[in-house]
Amino acid sequence: MLFYFIKRVCLGILTITVAVSVLYTMIHLVPGDPVKTILGPRASPEIQAQIREKMGLNDPLPVQIVRFLGNVAQGDLGQDVFKRKSVNTIVFEQLPHTIYLVLSGIGWAILIGIPLGCFAAVFQNSLIDRIVGILSVSCIAIPTFLVAIYSVLLFAVTLKWLPAIGAGDGSLLSYIRHLVLPAFAVGLGWVGYLARLVRASMLEVMGEAHVRTARAFGLKEQTVVFKYILRLAILPTITLIGMGIGILLSSAVFTEIVFARPGIGRLIYEAVTSRNYPVVMGSVLVTTVLFVVSTTFADLINAIVDPRLRTKD
Amino acid sequence: MSNLVILQKIQRISGAWHGLFRTVQRVAHEPLGALGLFLVVFVLISAIGADWWSTHEPNQINVRAAFASPSLEHFLGTDQLGRDIFSRVLVGGQIALKVSLISIGVALLIGLTLGLIAGFGPRWVDNILMLLFDSVRSFPTVMFALAVVTLFGPSLTTIMIIVIVTQIPIYGRMVRSQTLALKNSEFILTERAIGAGFFRIIFVHMLPNVIGPLLILASMDIPFVITIEAGLSFLGMGVRPPTPSWGTILNDGYSYIYNSPWPVIAGGIPVILTTLGFTFLGESLRDVFDPKLRKDA
Repeated sequence: MLFYFIKRVCLGILTITVAVSVLYTMIHLVPGDPVKTILGPRASPEIQAQIREKMGLNDPLPVQIVRFLGNVAQGDLGQDVFKRKSVNTIVFEQLPHTIYLVLSGIGWAILIGIPLGCFAAVFQNSLIDRIVGILSVSCIAIPTFLVAIYSVLLFAVTLKWLPAIGAGDGSLLSYIRHLVLPAFAVGLGWVGYLARLVRASMLEVMGEAHVRTARAFGLKEQTVVFKYILRLAILPTITLIGMGIGILLSSAVFTEIVFARPGIGRLIYEAVTSRNYPVVMGSVLVTTVLFVVSTTFADLINAIVDPRLRTKD
Repeated sequence: MSNLVILQKIQRISGAWHGLFRTVQRVAHEPLGALGLFLVVFVLISAIGADWWSTHEPNQINVRAAFASPSLEHFLGTDQLGRDIFSRVLVGGQIALKVSLISIGVALLIGLTLGLIAGFGPRWVDNILMLLFDSVRSFPTVMFALAVVTLFGPSLTTIMIIVIVTQIPIYGRMVRSQTLALKNSEFILTERAIGAGFFRIIFVHMLPNVIGPLLILASMDIPFVITIEAGLSFLGMGVRPPTPSWGTILNDGYSYIYNSPWPVIAGGIPVILTTLGFTFLGESLRDVFDPKLRKDA
């Protein structure tokens, strides 16, 4: 188990390193001088040279990458030269907004999706099952940003029930009111994913011997469903959510832009449009780390729960 | 060529047609499959004949007719510049399908090749390819897309590159695992014992076994690609205006959502219909061909 743990963590670190190096190389291969972008075309050559020296752009590329990785390992993501702030401050100012959004999105999806899947499995092949099936496929198929746009159109523009834009005026109530529609948009697809997954894994567990034994002992159907079937069937959803953090972050980007919400997605978007490379690097790095860490966690939880996976490659 | 060989060829081709017909029949037998098939055919026909169906020049500006509601003159209304949305949606569909078919096709070819190499080649090549695949997959797709757009600037080609790069690992991994499973199967060993060459084994024995599941996987990826195209164009990072695309129509419409709801409605419904259609079709194709492919079962 310990060996598997170490191996998995090393693999995660290696993936992040490769990914960051590739990104760094790509950014520096692009034609165009970052110093000129920062200072504008009319800056004097002396100042340009000074800034270039300060940013360490005179060193060969591998040295730069290693230095960047070293700084990152010490928790320093670099400086945003436009705003003269450290990238750390900028990223970690925005990150909580995205985390609230993602958590509330996945939260309501769990509350609705798991019971739906449970119902569908218990009443397999009934009308409810069919409807849940079609609903969940449809929820998965419709892109998040369209859900976001249409919920703005319906609830903010036409019905005027909820605000469309921003994150509120600072009070908790207004923050929550501004969170409702974005969270709805982020979570809708997940209702579908979770309902399907819970249904499938419940059907699998239902066929197992211990469930039959529990029934044979005359336990109440409720007890069998909740204590013996659902408890096992819920496990794959942990993995799905862990693996799905990438999808969640991606949908957060769109949602934050549609609703003009602060957050890491909008930060990346704005950094990309203004070609603010340090911020692009920093925020993509943070999201990638989040992603790799959560996938690794999901794998480890799985390995703890299901020992068969530890030896498999 | 002797007559017998020609006869055999004809038989093989008609057999393939018969197989296709049977598949369509089985897919259409289910309500969802039939709905998916209908939607896909509908979208294909409207995209292929886009120039023919469209009632106006898609980029023709007529500011006096801006924000018109649907009418006989403009079936889906007009946008902020008075352009006919119906015609723009049709041409946008053409672009969306073109992007998805080309990029999935290229990704499929490269993924197939790399997967075969990883499965057949020496261990170290396999390891390197797998590490590369994992690294590419470790970026959340949209983050990766945004980073690539920063570098290359927004355009149709950029979108295709993004899709190709993100899809190669998926296809590559699948081909690799299939190849590894088949590599030591008895019929391949027998072929080797008879003295069949490398290319004969690859093209005659491996490909037919790998290609079916791969094509189903690819058809289920079309909605994903359409979403990426529409999404990036919506963010202003894909198709450049004034070229009509579902994403740019949505972008324009969203900026003027308080003026008229029609551009947003008209730009979004086709995306939903197309993704639903391909998803339903892909699901029922998968059930017909290979129940084992189900991700959730």
